[in-house]
Amino acid sequence: MNLTIEVNNNNITANQGDTILEALNRNGMSVPTLCHMKGLFPTGACRMCVVEVEGRRNLVTACSEPVMDGMKIKTHSLRVIESRKTIVELLLSNHPDDCLYCERNGSCELQDLSEDLNIRERRISGQKNKFKLDVSSASIVRDPEKCILCGRCVRVCEEIEGVSAIEFVGRGSKTFIGTSFNHGLNLSTCVNCGQCIMVCPTGALKEKGHICEVKDMLSNPEKTVVVQYAPSISVSLAEEFGLPSGYNMIGLMNAALRRMGFNFVFDTSFSADLTIMEEASELVHRVQNGGKLPMITSCCPGWVKYAEEFQPDLLENLSSCKSPQQMMGAIIKSYFADTEKIAPENIYSVSIMPCTAKKFEQQREEMTQNGISDVDAVLTTRELARLIRLYGIDINKLEPELADSPLGTRSSAGKIFGTSGGVMEAAIRSAHYFITGKELVKFQVKGVRGLEGRKEAKVKVGEMEVGVAVVSGLKNAEILMDEIRNGRKDLHFIEVMACPGGCINGGGQPISTNEEAVRARMKSLYDIDEKDAIKVSHKNPYITELYDKFLGKPLGHKSHELLHTHYQKRDVN
Amino acid sequence: MKTTVQEILDQYPGAGRDSLIPILQQVQEKIGFLSEESVIEVGKYLKMPASKIFGVATFYNQFRFNQPGKYHVQVCRGTACHVLGSATVLDEIEKQLKVKAGQTTKDKLFSLEVVACIGACGLAPVININGEFHAKVTTDSIQSIFDSYRNREE
Repeated sequence: MNLTIEVNNNNITANQGDTILEALNRNGMSVPTLCHMKGLFPTGACRMCVVEVEGRRNLVTACSEPVMDGMKIKTHSLRVIESRKTIVELLLSNHPDDCLYCERNGSCELQDLSEDLNIRERRISGQKNKFKLDVSSASIVRDPEKCILCGRCVRVCEEIEGVSAIEFVGRGSKTFIGTSFNHGLNLSTCVNCGQCIMVCPTGALKEKGHICEVKDMLSNPEKTVVVQYAPSISVSLAEEFGLPSGYNMIGLMNAALRRMGFNFVFDTSFSADLTIMEEASELVHRVQNGGKLPMITSCCPGWVKYAEEFQPDLLENLSSCKSPQQMMGAIIKSYFADTEKIAPENIYSVSIMPCTAKKFEQQREEMTQNGISDVDAVLTTRELARLIRLYGIDINKLEPELADSPLGTRSSAGKIFGTSGGVMEAAIRSAHYFITGKELVKFQVKGVRGLEGRKEAKVKVGEMEVGVAVVSGLKNAEILMDEIRNGRKDLHFIEVMACPGGCINGGGQPISTNEEAVRARMKSLYDIDEKDAIKVSHKNPYITELYDKFLGKPLGHKSHELLHTHYQKRDVN
Repeated sequence: MKTTVQEILDQYPGAGRDSLIPILQQVQEKIGFLSEESVIEVGKYLKMPASKIFGVATFYNQFRFNQPGKYHVQVCRGTACHVLGSATVLDEIEKQLKVKAGQTTKDKLFSLEVVACIGACGLAPVININGEFHAKVTTDSIQSIFDSYRNREE
């Protein structure tokens, strides 16, 4: 049913059940919001979105107030503007004055709000908060002094990820966001997904930076600095340089990385192909030999830690494959080191990931050979953009270049790893071939593409009907795992990604990420897949060569040593 | 053997998160404070993350997270005491005991708690140590009050 409401003396139509905010947004109007999170239940806590409704004594919060027919709304009356301004002034009253040094300078919602509301002086001066920086986590740094208590991190951690590592602690003016018993984040249940960073309006949450180490190593003549980048980086980096969402800048990125001094540029999509060779073989092996099913993917380090903490009874279901980042790391310091005759300890291996949990994964004890880390440093998409700016490289003046061979050549199956459903599709393509000896028709697995948090499909592989499920956002994983535990038997293979939509929406992606951008990145990955000649990992000639020359066969002795890992139950509070 | 917390939880069969506060109160009554282990145990039973329970418990003044000392010092911060200088008294106590409110001294002898009005306004500023009231406390008299308790230990 259509309702008519009057906004700033103009009539607009709205649907029954809309909130004022939804109706405004659909009609191209906006009011500022702070605690509001699209898709989650409104709380109306910050009161940033207040509007004046005729006949109502108090201002009402647009995010939580349902529209009514004939409602007369003023979104920017003097009273509304003054009210919003006061809220921001109060938030600023105890905020540190260090914008110049702040990571989020230029991408800060508090800065934007003060600018939009024309705040030009500190009218209210309050006592500053004194908190210690929490640098205990391998992935995420918390700075509670910059926190404005909007609560978005708490909600994403609980409602999207089902982790609840952080919570409001204390009361009133002494409230802060903290962990259980105020321990460091490293001791909490935090799975390092970084979704809290993505929703933080200020610089209170950020990644543990690796730029300094990488910069030092780039000028160290004794080190061969090697870089790999994840499949989703090339379709999201563009946004950091003002280019359209989803624009694939892989060639420019290769060129930029070489300008900065990286000696070899590799593509993690290559090792994604390698992951598929191992993982699809493992799936086939489990199906044919009565192994533990459903098999669950293990390439998302957020999910892996979550499983170790919250689903320890299902750890045997996880594929033993390392993630593409770690496989590439292991191959670089073995096969590549051998071929190039460089001692592994003289290789500095950097990976560029859309992810903060990869920083944790890189430091896991299991991810080493003879005491040498497979990967030495992990940069997020944001950090890569910062590094490119630091080296004064003008993206627009570069000519596209190719990645280095052989570890830079991929099939498009490896490329779609960047989106939720991609690992599943890539694995099914190869598993189908391994089982039937024939390629999957059109190479597509219907039903696993898209941004939904949960997707399921049945795929005919030869005589067998394979049940697959794809979930993203760990809350969705929790629900599915409960179904498995309660006896659900029709699934053979499950893909889990911690971030909603997969790595294209990872915790290391540009802060400006929104649903539209994620859709564009996803489309870009599938477009690449559509156009590519080699759509399956087992047809990547360099993968075949790697097995012929070095690894032997999938699940072989060497693979087992370098490419597989194990998991441990973690006691958490 | 059942833990103390488990014995308490047994009294709440099928309980949900709405039973959280009574359970926490009972735990504190039994073991004197909310230990990390007890919070985790309660969390497992109620299927609540420990962080959430900690968040709820820190909202209320009644919950403590440190083992109380042998002598539990309550400093009244009610209006009358405030007017007569309880803030400076509290500062001085924190300085002398080398702990903040909510904490326990290293030797486990004293623990410090700030309370709202304890209804002895005529004695302001007042502190209560294990049920013994000390009236019209000043920054100068604190030392001797604590010494009298230390002397009992010798």
